[in-house]
Amino acid sequence: MQALVIVGHGSHLNPGSSEPAYAHADTIRESGAFDEVREAFWKEEPSFRNVLRTLESDEVYVVPLFISEGYFTEQVIPRELRLDDFDPEDWESDGTDADHVTLDAGDVEKTIHYCGPVGTHDSMSDVIVQRAKSVTGRDEFGDDFGLAVVGHGTERNENSAKAIYYHADRIRDMGTFGEVQAVFMDEDPEVDDVTDFFETEDIVVVPLFVSDGFHTQEDIPEDMGLTDDYRTGYDVPSEVDGHRIWYSGAVGTEPLVADVVLERAEDAGAPVGDAVEAVRERTGGADAAAGD
Amino acid sequence: MSVADALVDAADDGIDFDGLTVEPYRDAYRFQTPDEDAVVTLEELREHADSPYATNWHYWERDVGGHDTARRAFLRWLEGGDGLSVPERYDALEGGHTRHWGELAVTAVLGRDGQRRYEVRHEDDVGEDVDAYTDPLEARELVKHDDDGRYRPLSTAPSLPHGWAFVDLDGGDLVETVEYVYPATVANWHRERAGDLDVDHWEDAAGRQTGIYGVVSELPDEALEWAAEACCVDSQCLKRREWDRNGDEELDVPRGDGEFPCREPCSLLVAAARKFTTLEREETREYTFELTPEEKEQVEDIVDAVADGRTDEIREADVYEGANRYRARFLRAKRMDDHGNLSGTPTYPEDHDEDEADDDHH
Repeated sequence: MQALVIVGHGSHLNPGSSEPAYAHADTIRESGAFDEVREAFWKEEPSFRNVLRTLESDEVYVVPLFISEGYFTEQVIPRELRLDDFDPEDWESDGTDADHVTLDAGDVEKTIHYCGPVGTHDSMSDVIVQRAKSVTGRDEFGDDFGLAVVGHGTERNENSAKAIYYHADRIRDMGTFGEVQAVFMDEDPEVDDVTDFFETEDIVVVPLFVSDGFHTQEDIPEDMGLTDDYRTGYDVPSEVDGHRIWYSGAVGTEPLVADVVLERAEDAGAPVGDAVEAVRERTGGADAAAGD
Repeated sequence: MSVADALVDAADDGIDFDGLTVEPYRDAYRFQTPDEDAVVTLEELREHADSPYATNWHYWERDVGGHDTARRAFLRWLEGGDGLSVPERYDALEGGHTRHWGELAVTAVLGRDGQRRYEVRHEDDVGEDVDAYTDPLEARELVKHDDDGRYRPLSTAPSLPHGWAFVDLDGGDLVETVEYVYPATVANWHRERAGDLDVDHWEDAAGRQTGIYGVVSELPDEALEWAAEACCVDSQCLKRREWDRNGDEELDVPRGDGEFPCREPCSLLVAAARKFTTLEREETREYTFELTPEEKEQVEDIVDAVADGRTDEIREADVYEGANRYRARFLRAKRMDDHGNLSGTPTYPEDHDEDEADDDHH
């Protein structure tokens, strides 16, 4: 038997924090690729600490629903899962290349395939584009549209910014948008000045966050000037400084993220059959796959 | 495979389960239960397929399987242990046999050919007409908020909402539902019954914390007792605390009577302990307040009401309760100044500027 475990942050305060993990888990359950699919959280239950023992499978693929490599993927998750032999060096990553590593866990007789986070997988670029399509209702963009990928910034982790630049560069190379720019909440170039960085009248703004919460629903809309008070809401698109801003909310809520989770497991050797195609079909990502 | 086919299929290898023995005997087979002992041909063996012992074997060994799994152990436990004979168990299961798991009532009912079907609901809702569900995944949303719509960050808090039941479940779906209501409780209970629950005591759990939680290992000993009393007793969490300060020093706080164990301080306790740790760094000070005896008792009533989660129960016009809203507002109007200082006494008199509220410390 094989199991997939999606590990997310969760929250003691925000009931919506775990929703993307549940939604993507359900999509993958329906694909039938795994005998067991489980969600686990740092702040909710089952905890990382207790999740492996709830599984009957002996092959377990653990995929972090996190945006960047760093504190959680390199310290907290391996420690709490008791992956005692984990060494971040085994990932041979410069900040965006973590793939997978196979380890034992200290409390169960199982083989654990510990994968890199969803946020740095190449397919996340497709999800960002898909998110832009979802919020604008367009299938194509062309030179008239710009894309801003928003990250948190360097507050605690330099890899946080690397993931944003990585996807911004990839999407720029795809030629899908007239302009592509990485912007941040906590460092330059700042999301507050987003309209300064674009010639295009239309700008799609996609925050590379796992779930909607304080940052994506309150800070960023106010910082960009979509609204003075997030509680009063904002239009999509909103006019700011002569630009039309299409603000999408957290990319992690896009259904196609389920595909990235599944691909992480497949990259780690999980035999998932045609589940990747099935999930892409189901989550609107079939076109993105064809365009790759 | 029918029970009859399964019996024939298993006969040569033999069966020895819950009082049923089937084994090759001379040129035929021996079919033995506490009530019956017969030597039969393979064809005659089929005629015993409606024996409770045969259908019971078929259910556990062919449907449930999973020897040594927590799932199987839990389903066995639901039927009330191994002390009862199969017919006795069947008698109990005919009308539904219910056991309690936290605030859940879990009922096993005997179906056709020894199949069991299961139902799970809030224990207060037994016998009530409530909304029926059959997909375990729906439990995640159903138990996310309490009856008042408040988010439940701790799944084992005794605030399980009412008004739903998962019905007509097979064993796998039952355990999955229970695990969504009370995650990992079945697995840890199973480990405890097998004598290998891996308890992480406070000092181990606190010692491995990093980042913003690194400070919790500085929580004073006495404050750990208060923290456990605040967060871990049965009125707050239905897990039975099995961890202590360390393997040698037990906490005095009652462990609780729950069916399932708590094997280490949870994330909620660690997050609370972080705040408790910083609070405990403060030195006490002497303040002088003027209160009437009734007002002193009222302050105590308010702390009690908040700590016991009773504020919602105190009626609007019940001014005999110290924690009544009008009483509290009267006290505030009388005893607190415009800056919220009790008796006008500043919290930090040394930086108090008479012209300006000392909001930095609020």
